[in-house]
Amino acid sequence: MKRAVPVLLFFAALVLIWHLASVSGRWSPVLLPPPRDVLDYLIDAGSDGTLASATLVTLKRLLIGYAIGIALGMPLGLLTANSRFFHDTIGAVALGLQTLPSVCWIPLALLWFGQTESAMLFVVVMGAFGSVLIATDTGARSIPPIYARVARTMGSEGLDKWTRVILPASLPFLVSGLKQGWAFAWRSLMAAEIYVTILTGFGLGHLLHYGRELSAMDQVIGVMLVIVAIGLIADKVLFSPWERFMHRRWGTGLK
Amino acid sequence: MDHYTAVAPAKLSVENVSKWFRRARAHVHALADISLIVNEGEFVALVGPSGCGKSTLLDIMAGLVTPDSGQVFADSQPVRGPGRHRLVMFQESALFPWLDVAGNVRFGLKRLPGLTAHDRMRIVDEHLELVGLERFRNAYVHELSGGMKQRVALARSLAPDPRVLLMDEPFAALDALTAEQLYADVQRIWQTRRKTIIIVTHSAREAVTLADRVVLLSPSPGRVREEFPIKLPRPRDINDPELAAIAQRITAALRRYIPSGIPA
Repeated sequence: MKRAVPVLLFFAALVLIWHLASVSGRWSPVLLPPPRDVLDYLIDAGSDGTLASATLVTLKRLLIGYAIGIALGMPLGLLTANSRFFHDTIGAVALGLQTLPSVCWIPLALLWFGQTESAMLFVVVMGAFGSVLIATDTGARSIPPIYARVARTMGSEGLDKWTRVILPASLPFLVSGLKQGWAFAWRSLMAAEIYVTILTGFGLGHLLHYGRELSAMDQVIGVMLVIVAIGLIADKVLFSPWERFMHRRWGTGLK
Repeated sequence: MDHYTAVAPAKLSVENVSKWFRRARAHVHALADISLIVNEGEFVALVGPSGCGKSTLLDIMAGLVTPDSGQVFADSQPVRGPGRHRLVMFQESALFPWLDVAGNVRFGLKRLPGLTAHDRMRIVDEHLELVGLERFRNAYVHELSGGMKQRVALARSLAPDPRVLLMDEPFAALDALTAEQLYADVQRIWQTRRKTIIIVTHSAREAVTLADRVVLLSPSPGRVREEFPIKLPRPRDINDPELAAIAQRITAALRRYIPSGIPA
């Protein structure tokens, strides 16, 4: 509780400065609406279901694309960690793709899939899978070799060794890779939704885009806040439990 | 107690084992024609300066490394790979941080046939008690001191009831007092469990404290030079003057085999 009070004060001060700047009249209210307007937008769009349905559309794309990215990236990462050939080939491709901002996939996705859900998913998958692959590869390579020796002498081989030693041992790398994959997936999806109008679903990115088209700054800021909130909640729900687990067991990051 | 004596200790024989390590710039002759017999239930220490190949020899006995020539037999069966009857305890405890203490001790039991979950729990409890850590069964690895970690590693190696325990400098990283406590524990466990134990160490005193027989190896290439049977009564105390005198003789012999100019 003692920690919460100054934090709340900080954010209250932030909103107050925003409010004062907005009512000072220095900037047009079209460019800088007061916090009250943004709150009104959030309440309106929240109660008429616009926000909920857009969030649902976006989250569905994100989760499916992210899941595909993990399902591809993790096994391939284990493969590249264990074979020089796959490391030099698939690993090199993944590394190369990592340097490509995922927005760059949008033109290709549009030409290949048209303005469809598949194009959206494709962009998300391409955003997530490379970082998951590279993190898995790094994780599996960074395991102290002594763990593998212990496993061998204890008769743990093959699948048993992978599930009981290699994967848990690379957990710290896996979690940061999954986190990075999530961040990339989220960014690429937002870019895709802002750039591409598709008829099968109206996501948060589209709300943002139309906010701009209509010069509705309250909508733009409101949707941005929702996007930030979803990112924070996802971090807490998806990754914090793993991080706590690791810190407790590995004895890292305490205090 | 029955469970403890269920599996007989094994006899291990090393026959004319040689090993080279091929590096880009040089071939290192690590072991030259090593022959050694370790009897059932015997406690043998391999002593030598760094680079004498003693750890490599231990790895070969464990089946983790294949010799270039020669063979190792465990109870007349040729060793072709690692097996659960020959377990290794390493210098770094190499405990798994994602498991708690009990989980680490249980690790090797999962692959043993014919054990129920209840059996495994009982075996884990017995072994935690054996090393005096029953109160720490749910502790995490990072919460343990160096000595406690090695105790858990010892319990983990003993739990699957191997016939041979191979120890690779298990006490080298511990402070003197902690190491002394562990010498007492290892002697007690060896006397009750009658395992065949082979320990690699660079400390002559440690070797004399623990072993029935000390085998002296010399470096480049590793060869067996001398053997010292240790007949002192047990339990032995590392500070015993008689023991120190024997260790002194071994250290003196060791010096003769270190090539001049190369520090040990």
